[in-house]
Amino acid sequence: MAEASTEYEHPLMKVYREQLNCGFPQVRDVFDDCMAEALSILSKEGVDAYLEAAGFLCRMGHGAEPVLAFLEKWPAVAEAVGEAALAPVMDGIRTMYKSPNGKAILPFLQTLAAAARRLRSAEQMQCYLDLILNFMARTTGSIHGIHQTFPSPGLPEFFRQIPLLLGQLSINGLKNWVEYGVRNYGDHPERQEDYFRLQSSDSRAVIQRERSGTLLIDHERKLDLYLRGLWRDSDHFVPYSLHFDILRKPVPYYDQLGIRLPDVYDDFAVPGSPLSISGLDRYRAVLAHIVGHKRWTTAVFADNLSPFQRMAVELLEDSRVEALAIREYPGLRRLFQALHPVPAESACDPKTASCLRHRLTMLSRAILDPAHSYKNPDIIEFAKRFHDLMAQGESGTQEMVDLAVAFGAKTRLQSDQLPNIHFPDTVVDYRDDNRQMWKFIEEGDEEEAFDQDRKVELTEELKGLPPRHYPEWDYTSQTYRPDWVSVYEALHPPGNAADIDRLLAKNDALAKRLKRLLDLLKPQDKVRIRYQEEGSELDLDVALRSLIDFKGGAMPDPRINMSHKTSGRDIAVMLLLDLSESLNEKVAGSEQTILELSQEAVSLLAWAIDQLGDPFAIGGFHSNTRHDVRYLHIKGYSEKWDDDVKGRLAAMDAQYSTRMGAAMRHAAHYLENQKADKKLMLILTDGEPADVDTKDGRTLIEDARRAVKELDTKGIYAYCINLDPKADEYVSDIFGKQYTVIDNIQRLPERLPELFMALTK
Amino acid sequence: MTDKDQYKVHNEPFYQVQSNEVALYQAAYAARLPVMVKGPTGCGKSRFIEYMAWKLDKPLITVACNEDMTASDLVGRYLLDANGTRWLDGPLTTAARIGAICYLDEIVEARQDTTVVIHPLTDHRRTLPLDKKGELLAAHPDFQLVISYNPGYQNLMKDLKQSTKQRFTAFEFDYPEAQLETAIVAKETGMDEAMTAKLVKIGTAARNLKGHGLDEGISTRLLVYAATLIKGGVTPRDACRMALVRPITDDADIRDTLDHAIDAVFA
Repeated sequence: MAEASTEYEHPLMKVYREQLNCGFPQVRDVFDDCMAEALSILSKEGVDAYLEAAGFLCRMGHGAEPVLAFLEKWPAVAEAVGEAALAPVMDGIRTMYKSPNGKAILPFLQTLAAAARRLRSAEQMQCYLDLILNFMARTTGSIHGIHQTFPSPGLPEFFRQIPLLLGQLSINGLKNWVEYGVRNYGDHPERQEDYFRLQSSDSRAVIQRERSGTLLIDHERKLDLYLRGLWRDSDHFVPYSLHFDILRKPVPYYDQLGIRLPDVYDDFAVPGSPLSISGLDRYRAVLAHIVGHKRWTTAVFADNLSPFQRMAVELLEDSRVEALAIREYPGLRRLFQALHPVPAESACDPKTASCLRHRLTMLSRAILDPAHSYKNPDIIEFAKRFHDLMAQGESGTQEMVDLAVAFGAKTRLQSDQLPNIHFPDTVVDYRDDNRQMWKFIEEGDEEEAFDQDRKVELTEELKGLPPRHYPEWDYTSQTYRPDWVSVYEALHPPGNAADIDRLLAKNDALAKRLKRLLDLLKPQDKVRIRYQEEGSELDLDVALRSLIDFKGGAMPDPRINMSHKTSGRDIAVMLLLDLSESLNEKVAGSEQTILELSQEAVSLLAWAIDQLGDPFAIGGFHSNTRHDVRYLHIKGYSEKWDDDVKGRLAAMDAQYSTRMGAAMRHAAHYLENQKADKKLMLILTDGEPADVDTKDGRTLIEDARRAVKELDTKGIYAYCINLDPKADEYVSDIFGKQYTVIDNIQRLPERLPELFMALTK
Repeated sequence: MTDKDQYKVHNEPFYQVQSNEVALYQAAYAARLPVMVKGPTGCGKSRFIEYMAWKLDKPLITVACNEDMTASDLVGRYLLDANGTRWLDGPLTTAARIGAICYLDEIVEARQDTTVVIHPLTDHRRTLPLDKKGELLAAHPDFQLVISYNPGYQNLMKDLKQSTKQRFTAFEFDYPEAQLETAIVAKETGMDEAMTAKLVKIGTAARNLKGHGLDEGISTRLLVYAATLIKGGVTPRDACRMALVRPITDDADIRDTLDHAIDAVFA
């Protein structure tokens, strides 16, 4: 190709080529085409800047790839966001060039055009560039904090995902998503790469949260109510994601496991009209269609029909169930009509493409929309035949088969077999895939057969319950990290119940004193309310006084009755124990550890609550990173204060760290389900929340504070009993005023039950 | 003596007979058996009793029960006046004296100790002891006690005692079949059947949601209100929102669903 220079060359091109001054032969091959495009889009100054920038990329020392990408993509970018964007873009590239991130320049340039098409304006482009530079600066590693030496691991991956990301997120959403990744995986290269490659689950979850549109998850209840209210039906909704299957979008369907719906619907702008259909209404349309099938479709044999015939049958059956649904709720017609595509009659040329889908969609439209504009006599005839059938009643799936076969026979074209199928405007996206309307005579040659009889290998037997996931509050961004913490709940291993009885016996004197206090607290059934104008009984004292007033000519007090009201005690209690390693320390001036003293205190408290008859539960927790928070069940609400429970309490053991927020959320879901007027969660801890995987101590404190707020909205009163003398620094941040610090830990067994009684008096 | 006539029902109330309840009620009245009518709110319980009082040509005394009602509110009490005290009969005593049908509406709302005073009136004794006055009132031969009661509240505290329940014969009411309900709303308001059928459809949708966030479905009474509004010139959508949806729920999800049902029904 070196001889290319000997060929004829336009003198102007030669000038430009010299201006570019780039020796890569690959560049020479495409230069003329790129230049032609650039000249048609860019201004004179723009072309100069274009060549200068390309010259820089050429001499940068990263091979021919970057300059090729730039020469090819830039004209399109300039068209989308204006040629003035070149200066900031080149500034960005220079910054990357000077940092260890030179490798990211190529993917950046390769995706620039796709990004520009989404961003559409110079301001947005500027935001995008700022975002990238910020991202780069924060993830580029350094040694000894002086020189930046390691390239950002996530950046190249990030550029590769950009077209997909910008397709789903606004620039702000993208910013939040990047922010999350940088913050949480900033110093973990492999994880960071996974995150920006969209491989990790929280990466997808955050996209989900940031993206626009109507999320199924937010509207599940409404849709359930819709099914129940309007259709007397109910089913599980199983979401599937549309984001990660680019080539073949999944379609709604239903089977015995539930109705599969996309996880999100954007509002649908009706073409050629200012109307738009909300995402919620799109879900409703899908459900109405599926319920129609459930109600009115009977499965028919597929074996005797060709694939084309089946397509026609499915389409007519879809139209039939919709017609019946509209008969039930006429307002659905508006919805279906808005969502159903309107294929233009002349859109498909039968000489060059297969028009089968186009023809069928036209028929479907003609059936749905009485005001259709189609002239094709076959379409009109079959729409009429369809309506005639429906006029006689509900018709049936078999009649639709006959009609579809007749339609197929009447309108068949040789060109239907062509591989080039006309697709535009033929996808009715609220319809399901109709898998339920077919049955097969011959079993075994269908795909499902391969799924059957799969043996489930029994793995290790489960000890305890499967994990529950809880979010954690991230105070720096004021957002939740979705499903961040895994809580494993298990029964606390048993110990010797007699130990607890011995502890109780040791505190016999204290118990006696408590008993007197408890008796005072015990609920009294009836309370007398005096001075009532209306009451159940005459209050004789007051009545006499009134009578005397009356006889004496003064105005008598009319409030001479009294009545009773019942006042019960209705408190459910949850006692949550911190079982972290620090409990093993010895209390100053004593031979006992904090754990032993806590054990004693908790036993007394449990005994006291049991005496009062309030329902209560006890749980302990410790954590070993966010993946392993353990919640140890000691006593449930339905269990009695018996030897089993005492045994578990006796075996109490302390290890690992304190991830308080997750434990509180988990305990709350038990307490929440208790039927009581007042719900109290007592948290007994000896230190601030902390865990080995969280460097910033503030995070877990803020998370616990958030958890307290959550409990509050659930009607649960959280109260902390803290054994850390230095607790004042953080405990009020978490619990507000709802805490006590017990300095003299040796008195804990006495103080704890007293505290409880004071709280619930 | 109290004027009997003021308690009479003078004009025939519209009541759509659903099955043999009229004959059954007449039989119960012939034997002066106490009657309990159960059913969701706004399904026609009170209207039925009113209708029967008219049909039997007997006075009807209605007491709406509430939490603050005491036994003396039913039986009567001494009032102070210039010369000392004066006894005033309560509605139950009045009914027993003049031989009226005494209708205690929503009896479970009253406190349990209150409901016990009706016991001697509802068995073979048919007497009402007025302790404070020192009188044992024998009920007039025409006297009958009727209570209404809505079992749908699902509240442990608000249930009748067995000893009270077992003194009554009972009718169970429910919202009528769609067709019948259409006829009822049409007759009551004079609206055409096509429009009322749509209203009934929305009502049915709401009743399907009972227990899923709704304590009670849309009652026939509300359907009548909606029809009345529409007749008064309000557009059907607005009338339905105002009369059918907004009153029964504060739950945004349910409101949305029912609003959608209105849109789906009025194409």
